[in-house]
Amino acid sequence: MEHIIEIEGLTRKYDDFFAVDHLDLKIGKGEVFGLLGPNGAGKSTTILMMLGLTEPTSGNVRVCGLDPVHQPIEVKRKVGYLPEDVGFYDDLSGLENLTYTGQLNGLSRMEAEEKALGLLARVGLKEEKDKKAGKYSRGMRQRLGVADVLMKNPEVIILDEPTLGIDPTGVKAFLQLITDLSRKEGITVLFSSHHLYQVQQVCDRVGIFVSGRLLACGGIDSLSEQLFADESFMIEGVLDAGVRTSSLKEDLKKTKRQLQDIPGVAEVRIEEHRFMISSSKNVAPEVAAIIVGGGLHLNSLSNREYGLDEIYTRYFQE
Amino acid sequence: MKGNRFLKIFKNAKKNGIADDAFVHQKLSPFWVMVRKEIADHFHSWRSLILFGIILLTTVGALYASLIDAREVFSAKSDGSFFFLKLFTQSDGTLPSFFVFISFLGPLLGISLGFDAVNSEQNRGTLSRILAQPVPRDYLLNAKFVAGVLVVALMFFSLSFLVIGAGLFVLGHPPTAEEFMRIIVYTLFSVVYVAFWLNLSVFFSVKFRQPATSALSGIAVWLFFTIFYPMIVNLITKGFEPSKFAPPQMVYFYQKIKFALVQVMPNELFSEVTSALLVPTVRSVGPLTTEQVSGAIPGDLPLGQSLMVVWPQITGLLALTLLCFLFAYLVFMRREIRSRG
Repeated sequence: MEHIIEIEGLTRKYDDFFAVDHLDLKIGKGEVFGLLGPNGAGKSTTILMMLGLTEPTSGNVRVCGLDPVHQPIEVKRKVGYLPEDVGFYDDLSGLENLTYTGQLNGLSRMEAEEKALGLLARVGLKEEKDKKAGKYSRGMRQRLGVADVLMKNPEVIILDEPTLGIDPTGVKAFLQLITDLSRKEGITVLFSSHHLYQVQQVCDRVGIFVSGRLLACGGIDSLSEQLFADESFMIEGVLDAGVRTSSLKEDLKKTKRQLQDIPGVAEVRIEEHRFMISSSKNVAPEVAAIIVGGGLHLNSLSNREYGLDEIYTRYFQE
Repeated sequence: MKGNRFLKIFKNAKKNGIADDAFVHQKLSPFWVMVRKEIADHFHSWRSLILFGIILLTTVGALYASLIDAREVFSAKSDGSFFFLKLFTQSDGTLPSFFVFISFLGPLLGISLGFDAVNSEQNRGTLSRILAQPVPRDYLLNAKFVAGVLVVALMFFSLSFLVIGAGLFVLGHPPTAEEFMRIIVYTLFSVVYVAFWLNLSVFFSVKFRQPATSALSGIAVWLFFTIFYPMIVNLITKGFEPSKFAPPQMVYFYQKIKFALVQVMPNELFSEVTSALLVPTVRSVGPLTTEQVSGAIPGDLPLGQSLMVVWPQITGLLALTLLCFLFAYLVFMRREIRSRG
């Protein structure tokens, strides 16, 4: 696959804090890539470096074969960027705002207006084209932002937290719009978010970004394998809470020791009357045998795989 | 034929309801697109309209005051030379004259046109969007500066011509070439003076996130130079004041120092330039010794010589203006632009 964005060893340091720490990432042409991470993980900084709006401390970025540090204007000709919480000139109408962007991209006023009208229709703002941008709702502003990005016929569009502050139906329509663009016109889309499910819905690949490092990268299904290489299974056993024998405490301890001896088990935790066992393979039958054999009353035993939820709780909410 | 073509474009555009001027097909360079937008913003904002109103009113007031007086001067004292220049400098005492008004309101105009140039773009979240377009970063700053200067120039030149026109009306006689040139050069330097304050406030708007802070800083600098700095200079020089019986070299030296100390004030520089330009009899703005004056025949200087008299002041004023621009430029170019934050 042809790579349109190539990042090698990219580092950005603020004083002695690494905002982005030796990042390597390749994004293919026409791909929808989600950059997933909590606030302050370095997503925005990475995006700014791709556009040449911030200089990297070290490392290399190539976007459409160009170096944003030395050819920022060429890069900006090909890359559309929708900043987080985008703003427009409030006293100009939506159409005028887009026309201005078009003119900055070298179109004449007539060409820019024609193009803007087409794009406004496409993002569903045709009725509101003459309304002042200051009167637009958040969702409308975001859609106007997409139209603004498309004014330059970009090869790549980069969206920074595009779904922030839009209501659920708006988000759905918005994501639909983005995927349509990518599929129909072969535009590469890179967007950052801290909303798991939105990323899951539309992205071909996802990169998980935590404190300046890329923890994992790939399709949603391959992520859990990468992140939880030796503990991709999670077995949860619940004991009957009503049965309390005098030797319960010792029984529990003994059982825990036995469980830990099963090959493949990484960790055993006990909370009240609940066992949590993480392991690299399915060890449910052995677990059941040990618990029952230890004289405990097993109520239920469930086996689940790690999903994005676990990824989220584990890495993001620290 | 050319006119016809434009007319056609114009009509077509009207018909399509898209735009209503003849330049819709022209590909302007992005820089001039930005300048155009900034100028349009100035003319559409209430702030500029109020400022224009204030300045227009004061001009009319000053003009009235000077015309009443000028009529008297003209009829009684018979020295009718440089009547048009007197329109700018004289008044009957009820209101300050035109040039005093301009040197007072100029800074206010400059500060208010520039104090939110960059920070308001950042606060509205438009800065990062504009900088993601394929234009060099400095275009934004340059466009803001050029647009501000053009607006000020337009305003000052129309006011000057208004004054000349009123004089023409009263006198029934056109200004001489010398007078006209002096007025044009004076207006030009008024624009430079306002450009200094504009640059200063653009610098503050790059430096400070809050428009209120940047406006206040601009006003603080203005107040410092108009009120406090002269007081400080006075305080310092008072200690060194030579006695009445001191030798003339000492007095000369003292006056020289006193003169040099006020030369860093942009308003002082401007008022010296103005006085040399509008009063052709001014031969020096600093202290002169008796030897230097002896043998001089009192009379008017030609424009070139008047400019030579205040050449250091002109250079100083331009240097201060460029310095402010340079600082704004340096801070802005090295800034990392994040959306709203």
